[in-house]
Amino acid sequence: MLRLVTSSAAPDSTIRLERISLRRGGRDVLDGLDLSIPRHGITAIMGPNGAGKSLALRVMANLVRPDTGAVIHGLTDPQDIALVFQKPVLLRRTVRANLRHALAIYGVPRRERRERLGELLDFGRLAAIADSPARALSGGEQQRVAMVRALAARPRLLLLDEPTASLDPQATAAIEALIRGAAHSGATVVLVTHDRGQATRLADHIRFLHKGMLAEAAPADQFFLAPKSPEAQAYFDGKLLL
Amino acid sequence: MASFYSKDGYPMRLLLLLALVALALPAYADGDAGADGGFIVVQSTTSTRNSGLYDAILPQFTETTGIQIRVVAVGTGQALRNARNCDGDVLLVHATAAEEEFVEDGYGLSRTDLMYNDFVLVGPSDDPARVADTTSINAALSAIADSRAPFASRGDDSGTHKKERSLWAGAEVDPSGDSGTWYRETGSGMGATLNIASGMNAYTLTDRATWIAFANKGDLRILAEGDEDLFNQYGIIAINPVRCPAVKATPAQTFIDWLLSDGGQSAIAAYRRDGQQLFFPNAKPE
Amino acid sequence: MNGFGDAFAAAFALIVGFDADLVEIVGLSLRVTLSATLFACLLGFPLGAVLAVGRFRGRGALTVFVNALMGLPPVVVGLIVYMMLSRTGPFGTLGLLYTPTAMIIAQTILVTPIVAALARQTVADLDAEYYETLHSMGARAGARMRTLLWDGRFALMTAALAGMGRALAEVGAVMIVGGNIDHVTRVMTTAIALETSRGELALALGLGIVLMALSLALNALVMGARLSGARLAHA
Ligand SMILES: Nc1ncnc2c1ncn2[C@@H]1O[C@H](COP(=O)(O)OP(=O)(O)O)[C@@H](O)[C@H]1O
Ligand SMILES: [Mg+2]
Repeated sequence: MLRLVTSSAAPDSTIRLERISLRRGGRDVLDGLDLSIPRHGITAIMGPNGAGKSLALRVMANLVRPDTGAVIHGLTDPQDIALVFQKPVLLRRTVRANLRHALAIYGVPRRERRERLGELLDFGRLAAIADSPARALSGGEQQRVAMVRALAARPRLLLLDEPTASLDPQATAAIEALIRGAAHSGATVVLVTHDRGQATRLADHIRFLHKGMLAEAAPADQFFLAPKSPEAQAYFDGKLLL
Repeated sequence: MASFYSKDGYPMRLLLLLALVALALPAYADGDAGADGGFIVVQSTTSTRNSGLYDAILPQFTETTGIQIRVVAVGTGQALRNARNCDGDVLLVHATAAEEEFVEDGYGLSRTDLMYNDFVLVGPSDDPARVADTTSINAALSAIADSRAPFASRGDDSGTHKKERSLWAGAEVDPSGDSGTWYRETGSGMGATLNIASGMNAYTLTDRATWIAFANKGDLRILAEGDEDLFNQYGIIAINPVRCPAVKATPAQTFIDWLLSDGGQSAIAAYRRDGQQLFFPNAKPE
Repeated sequence: MNGFGDAFAAAFALIVGFDADLVEIVGLSLRVTLSATLFACLLGFPLGAVLAVGRFRGRGALTVFVNALMGLPPVVVGLIVYMMLSRTGPFGTLGLLYTPTAMIIAQTILVTPIVAALARQTVADLDAEYYETLHSMGARAGARMRTLLWDGRFALMTAALAGMGRALAEVGAVMIVGGNIDHVTRVMTTAIALETSRGELALALGLGIVLMALSLALNALVMGARLSGARLAHA
């Protein structure tokens, strides 16, 4: 099994967003968001479109600076955090060259790259398409490459923004297997998803966002048994919230 | 970078190949390739180059001395300026007064008459100013000015331009006030000016060598010639190595000596176009 | 006037006759132009990437300046390089005036702004697409520029072609710093200028046709490489 986490001694604290506010287009799209993510397991962030889920992920990834508030995750190395987007942006090169590029960016010494590359191709079941131009692949294959590229950093925090939103069930299953593998190796996984089934299959914890604020936080089994917040109840009843 | 050699790296390899080809292309005479006697740079007027004189006589010199002559042919004014910047070893132009000043200012060692030919006034064959009826170049220019027939001037401070201005002065006409009307200053070389004159059926002054060798005469023909004011003297000057330390004084002097020698003088006399002699050697024997 | 017929006949005779002088002139044109284009790319690609990706004071002003340099008249570049390389100029002792090296220097100065400006646009467009991905990977500015340049390689070929086109067609600068010396610094464009001044218009036009054919062949070669390569990489 591929070793994904560099440090086994991950501090047992949580990851916290404290009173995060962010203005976009003249309104507060994150509006004093308080969020805590358990260090262990998979946390699914759910909520209607426009709730601020993607922005919250970008704030966690240090891609977006909030106007006010603080992000506390104790991770100083940018490579401790990896982010996978709904639409992966792969480089205009082969799959192999994409992964080699990532290893170089992550500072993997030249002589180790070949071996790491082999591991990654095996792990993502990418060996057969290793020499194909990455952008010619199917959506599922591209997302698999993007996942493996993110995992190549051996991140301690893996942020996934609807990674299977446009994939068929088979490709979805492949991505979910990679997510489980990452969590199993000790990475903290935060998964934005609209797919209740996926959240049920993968998540240990649920955070439900609404209008840039936290509406509900609960263990997954409890949440799906009976969501407490009116927002989550309305969401699962198919009533639009925004 | 192994990806460089992978399939998607192929066009990069092609570019690299192009680049290598570019650099590997033979370095034509970047240093002093070619003749083993090195080379000198001659700052020259255009008429001697355009007429083909150098092509005819220089191979004889290079063959006997091994010295390669690199001719930079620009207008006389430009050649004098380049030589004042020490960008040449020998100066070969046709503006005696300016050449003497060049030597007096210390840029040249000495000036020697090399050869001569003459200027001719060319114009459209229907000759609207009736120049062909005049008997002197002064009268011819006055006729052009009176009839305000188009006249193309070099306007570039070249030897021919200097001569033209002195001829207008002799005719007591100042055409500069009419610049842009019938008097057109091209600011270009003799060839370009002849092309313009040919294109708009204008009169113009040209040296005979360039005229004979010029292939785009169109409707132009010689309308005035033979006046002793139209005399065109070429001189040769060695650049002063005291002023310009990089000058290759020895091969430069070898070249000048050859041009002034019987061999060089008869080579100049022997050059003909369409059966006509273009330059008449007149170096004074020492 | 059947000048065009004469011109094509002259061009045909030059090419079919494999005229030795023509081969030499074409060879020097290629050497000067391709070298200048190569150096312009080596300078212009990184400069374009820095302008596209870098965050520093004066970047906007520098971009405007580089764009403005695209309009530099070749004669002005020729004069500046002449003044630099002239025996009485600051680099006179190098003895480079009236050599192919001087012509390459002048054309490099002429072509670099074009390559840099086009590269800046290419890299900026690509950066908009790659920004979040590369940032989330923790790529530093240098690595980002290298990534963007490599992934923009096919579009950058077009930038190189545009630069090469200017160099190949340019006469003003190489005339001044090269001197149009027979067998030393005479290239296609200065030969055309010379034949024009001799009134040999058909021959001049014939040389022009040969130059066009050369430009066409080079463009076809690079575009072919670009298309097939881009297809392979799905760029
Ligand atoms: N640059 C922007 N300008 C204006 N509005 C924005 C911008 N970026 C995001 N938003 C708005 O912020 C809200 C939250 O966006 P997002 O986090 O992408 O929502 P989601 O929860 O669907 O992922 C949305 O209403 C979106 O339209
Ligand atoms: Mg979203």
